[in-house]
Amino acid sequence: MDKQSTEKKVQPQYQGKIHQMQKALMARWMAELEQAAENHEPTACLLVAGSNLSMLLGCLGIHQVYPELNALQLAIRKQSLPYIQIAEERGYSTDVCSYVKADVGAFFDGNVSSLGTKLPQPTLVLSCFSGCNVYIKWFEHIAAYTGAPLYVIDVPFIRSGNDPCPEDIDYVVSQLKEVIGICEKMSGKKLDYDELRERLTYAREVERLWLEIKELTKNIPSPYDDYFDCITLMGPMVVFRGTREGVEFFQTAKKEFEERVRLKIGPLPEEKFRIVVESAPPYPYFRTFRDLFSKWGACAVGATYTTPQPPDFLHDPERPLESLAEYPIRIFTNRGLDQRYELLRRYVTERSADALIIHSVKSCRLFSVGHGDMREYFSKTLNIPTLMLESDLEDPRYFSEAQMKNRVDAFFEVLEHKKYLAGKAQAVREGQSGVS
Amino acid sequence: MDFDGLVAQCREILEEHPWQEIQRWKEKTGGKAAGYFPVYSPLELIYGNGMLPVGVMGGGNKIEIERADSYFGSFVCSIVKSTTELALRGELQLLDGIFFHSICDAARNLCYVFKRNFSSDRFVEYIHFPQNPSSPSAVVYLISELKRICHVLEEANGRRMSEENFKRSIHAYNENRALIQRLYKIKAESPHLLSTPEAYQLIRVGSALPPEEHSSILRTALEEIPKRRARPRDKIRVILEGSFCEQPPVELLEALDEAGCYIIDDDLLLGRRWFEREIPLDGDPIRALAESYIDRSRYSSVSHDWRRPRSERLIERARQAQATAVVFCIAKFCEPALLDYPLFKDALEREGIPHVMLEFEEKMWTFDKLRTEIETFVESILFD
Ligand code: SF4
Ligand code: SF4
Repeated sequence: MDKQSTEKKVQPQYQGKIHQMQKALMARWMAELEQAAENHEPTACLLVAGSNLSMLLGCLGIHQVYPELNALQLAIRKQSLPYIQIAEERGYSTDVCSYVKADVGAFFDGNVSSLGTKLPQPTLVLSCFSGCNVYIKWFEHIAAYTGAPLYVIDVPFIRSGNDPCPEDIDYVVSQLKEVIGICEKMSGKKLDYDELRERLTYAREVERLWLEIKELTKNIPSPYDDYFDCITLMGPMVVFRGTREGVEFFQTAKKEFEERVRLKIGPLPEEKFRIVVESAPPYPYFRTFRDLFSKWGACAVGATYTTPQPPDFLHDPERPLESLAEYPIRIFTNRGLDQRYELLRRYVTERSADALIIHSVKSCRLFSVGHGDMREYFSKTLNIPTLMLESDLEDPRYFSEAQMKNRVDAFFEVLEHKKYLAGKAQAVREGQSGVS
Repeated sequence: MDFDGLVAQCREILEEHPWQEIQRWKEKTGGKAAGYFPVYSPLELIYGNGMLPVGVMGGGNKIEIERADSYFGSFVCSIVKSTTELALRGELQLLDGIFFHSICDAARNLCYVFKRNFSSDRFVEYIHFPQNPSSPSAVVYLISELKRICHVLEEANGRRMSEENFKRSIHAYNENRALIQRLYKIKAESPHLLSTPEAYQLIRVGSALPPEEHSSILRTALEEIPKRRARPRDKIRVILEGSFCEQPPVELLEALDEAGCYIIDDDLLLGRRWFEREIPLDGDPIRALAESYIDRSRYSSVSHDWRRPRSERLIERARQAQATAVVFCIAKFCEPALLDYPLFKDALEREGIPHVMLEFEEKMWTFDKLRTEIETFVESILFD
């Protein structure tokens, strides 16, 4: 065995410096929130899709909590089910989005985070919903339960083409101005546009780095798993986008990954398959789910879920409000399925993937409605091997490990065989053309 | 024609040959037809451009879902699947275009499935209605969206929209809504004279007819109703909530009636009654339509207006109807309705208004269990 492959074997997945940095950043943020809760400091409930508004709120000294991140953490720590059940007892149907239920349940059970820290009560509920209609209701409920004022920023869906029309941007800008008014009143501060520009400059840098990091997955092997590992990078992206720490974090990440590219180290001992993944993972079985693919040497090189940054957009300090408005419009959840198909198709072709994996999240219609059509398009029209699996992102009751394993194994067995045949055919061709 | 004959005729059209009416209209006028998925669609604009708006309300309990299942996950309401099934069977052939709206994630994704699979010989368009009516900019935005739709229609129909035709169309729908309101008034004041299944069919037939033609049916109905001989029964007054999109089978409404409920008010076919007041005819019609959407529309689970929470408006509606109870009649997997339920339930409990929750599917065809459930509920109220 040569030296390089020994090195690979001891690197089951990346555990570099950024892993520690990520933990430290997120812990710091949680501590700040706990402090905010104790001091009853102004806090806004925010959505990940509208997380760029953290820059605006940050300038006004308003903290941000993300019910989605909390729901995610609850699921990954296997704590979500009892909370889901609390919500169901309150009248939430078994068939609605389980993220909402876990969050509502946790709220009624003391509003603590998955780490047991106290979360601040929101003084403003700010819904910037980017394509998910459930978000609107979720935040309405939070507002009803906490008594905090609600502001729904209406984000027009991109109805056709790639770009939002100017009227849509104007509409969101007008609403942002109203939000600024509300926040200024709440914090007693005036928005300092210079500070906002500074934050946007950091954001632009973070986003540029993020997109460059994403491009590294074109390398063979990919230096990290763009689905399972990339989720770790999303926390800092959401919370520290407009900060110096964010820039430092992503600079370090990029360096680490570039070094791995140089050394040809991937997250797995051997990258046998390259996959693209659609939709959110089953967080309650995150590890188990990952292992199903690692076992086959399958590394994700692209995923819709880990595309919080529209590839065609960077915040622009020269157009502060306009670019703050454009971000939630341009995010992929706010675009039609046709554009999601196109994004996935590009990931598959540009990053030389062997297959598409669709994880259809039962209780999330934003992702799952139309997944059958997507499978049809990729497997029949584009001839790309496609596997569709079904479970949930938050509710452990929908995960059947044995069934999932059978399907994944059967899929990769066929894929392996195909690769083998293709390799053989290639060898024959090369033999015939005299290439040795 | 007497009232019963009229209702029977509507039922026959709806069940046996809804497309014949559309075919007849197209042949007579040489015009085009544009389908619309629930809930509200700007019919005023479609008809104003000379196209026949046709309600695409799913397949009911008369079609078997065979191929559409494979397009969607398992967690989706029936109407999304049956509408796709209709398209796959070629039953939407008469439509030269179809509109979907920002009502929920399922309907939105359905629109894009339609775009990919069924748009080669028709337009498929998605309309984003404003979800923040409290912002003054919402009207400005909606005007731009309606103008965009106007262009889509003009392009598809090859004719410019005249202000005169647009106003004539608004007038026709104002009149149509006023007549529908009169039916609801009778339902509220003398529910023994007009049952909900009857009113429902009289209104639903309008989804395949031009508004003037539909209005004339309604006028005949309104003339005939007072002649009916029926006595008030010992039933409880309820309002129905949650059937704004996928429609329950008529048999389900009949079962509710038989189980002892006078349905005083409901949200069936809500798009046909979207505006609570007339759309003004003076001034710019596009602005009038946009402003009406923001300020004169009904509350519903698919539109959001935090100036007045829906729970408040449900309570108000129940009080106005002097309803004893609220019956939630919600399509399985209908997320907007299911997610509104917990807040509605809390509000009703605070106000001491009894309620019961039923889940239905448009394709269901046995109603015995449901009838028993409702009977028990009604008895618990009557003998309380
Ligand atoms: S429906 Fe999907 S996108 Fe929306 S909140 Fe739930 S999990 Fe998130
Ligand atoms: S029935 Fe409900 S979930 Fe289904 S399309 Fe209509 S509004 Fe959406």
